[in-house]
Amino acid sequence: MSDITLAELCIFACSETFRTDREIIATGIGPVPRIGAGLAKLTHSPGLMMTDGEAYLVEQPVPLGPRGDYRPKFAGHLPFSRFFDSAVWTGRRHAMVTPTQIDRFGQTNLSQLGGTHHQPKTQMLGVRGFPGNSIYHANSMFIPFHSKRTFVEGEVDMVSSAGYNPAKRVSGGNYDHIDLQKMVTNLCVMDFGGPDNAVRVVTLHPGVTFDEVQEATGFELINAVESETDLPDKDALAIINQLDPHGYRTHVIRDNPPAIRTAA
Amino acid sequence: MLDKRMTPAEIVDQLSDGMTIGIGGWGPRRKPMALVREIMRSDLKDLTIVAYGGADVGMLCAAGKVKKLVFAFVSLDAIPLEPWFRKVREAGQIEVLEVDEGMFQWGLKAAAFGLPFLPTRVGLGTDLAKLGGLKTVQSPYDDGETLIAMPALKLDAALLHVNRSDHRGNVQLLGPDFYYDEWFAKAAEKTFLSCEELVDKMEDHYHDDAAANIFERCFVSGVTEIACGAHPSSMPPLYGPDMKAFKAYAGAAKDPGDWNAVADQFVGNSEDEYLESVGGKDAVTNVPLAIY
Repeated sequence: MSDITLAELCIFACSETFRTDREIIATGIGPVPRIGAGLAKLTHSPGLMMTDGEAYLVEQPVPLGPRGDYRPKFAGHLPFSRFFDSAVWTGRRHAMVTPTQIDRFGQTNLSQLGGTHHQPKTQMLGVRGFPGNSIYHANSMFIPFHSKRTFVEGEVDMVSSAGYNPAKRVSGGNYDHIDLQKMVTNLCVMDFGGPDNAVRVVTLHPGVTFDEVQEATGFELINAVESETDLPDKDALAIINQLDPHGYRTHVIRDNPPAIRTAA
Repeated sequence: MLDKRMTPAEIVDQLSDGMTIGIGGWGPRRKPMALVREIMRSDLKDLTIVAYGGADVGMLCAAGKVKKLVFAFVSLDAIPLEPWFRKVREAGQIEVLEVDEGMFQWGLKAAAFGLPFLPTRVGLGTDLAKLGGLKTVQSPYDDGETLIAMPALKLDAALLHVNRSDHRGNVQLLGPDFYYDEWFAKAAEKTFLSCEELVDKMEDHYHDDAAANIFERCFVSGVTEIACGAHPSSMPPLYGPDMKAFKAYAGAAKDPGDWNAVADQFVGNSEDEYLESVGGKDAVTNVPLAIY
């Protein structure tokens, strides 16, 4: 028996998603992507750059939450006032985010649900930096509860980030840098590697079936499953614990289940 | 001419109905909240507000002062969704131009340089152009690329809260990030500042910190000293965001849910009264800096 949690498995999968030999900014929004980015930097991808969550670049990823006596050591400076010049519009970034809706084209929404633009049924954050992120640099997603509410039928209510939808492309526009990499969920890891960037399931978490994933998804998936999603090893778990000393990861997935399902 | 000192009321007297007003800061960080509260106490209306929005946007919307909002987000960070802004949006009470965070600063830069627009790829492949009426332009060079023309966000006035200023508007901004305050100042016909500390001549007091002068005094029309003038937003390195105050403000959007019933609590009849009600200067400057 293993006491590895599903959240830890997802962190490990997020870390693999950030794998690179480039010097780019890794931005993980939310505990699981952020710990994943830190794990990537401390293991296979030392070229990754990241901030203290505010404005300073650190070479030692900053643990989540109250810091006690720990003081982040600043190696550089990347404030919002330079963020577009340095990170986003130069393509030197990979962001991992959790949108409210995602469709089969990889278009996402975090702005509004239902109604009209003048009077949305539910107003959310606004598009934030998603339009620029999507047209300029690599993006991945982490979804803690895989469902048709997130992976919608048809298209998202308001296209906040660009995907692979040919109908949304004006002639002469440069879409070369749209680079949607992985979607890590509580059930599986998916990519956009199918024909015309169709969504494929590439690994299933232990005990999950393709049919179960398909059932929880509002659009058709391609079964490209090669293996189970890898479990984090002992070293990875130690780093995860060091980056999340207060256990924020235990609150991300409902009931904080184990990585390996126990029989119901 | 070079003595730009004004009272907060004199600053608000310089504004008029229907103006386009930019508000510096970012979400719950470095917001000129005391000047926003002064607007809340005035009769100003039909404003177009241009902001990386936080409670400034939420309360101006809730009080019915906003005709149109230019935004990329409205958020209080730890309280991600600004509840008063949500209510107003879900009631369809304001016009909006929703843009990306990067397009937003690009629009301020276009205004600063007196250009009608600046080209960008940002927005392509999304619903922003369709919803906002944004047009495209084609590169006249061999590449012929089609780009979005981000229109200039020309401001009648900008409001900023800075750490230090002198009588002439020589400012110093401290802390880790100034967001796009510099570009709000340059995009505006007139920029009005509140500051934590006002000195007579900057060179006689903080000579060694001149590199913190991130925009020049020719972009400043008026300045007033309001210690704790960013509260409840943060003003590093002096104080952090007052989450207790933000929680009360957000909670009031649910119960009672009527701005008129709670405006006194979050605006007050005067800035002195407001500061007193939140525990005074000591309480505000004791709020720890945020950990992100």
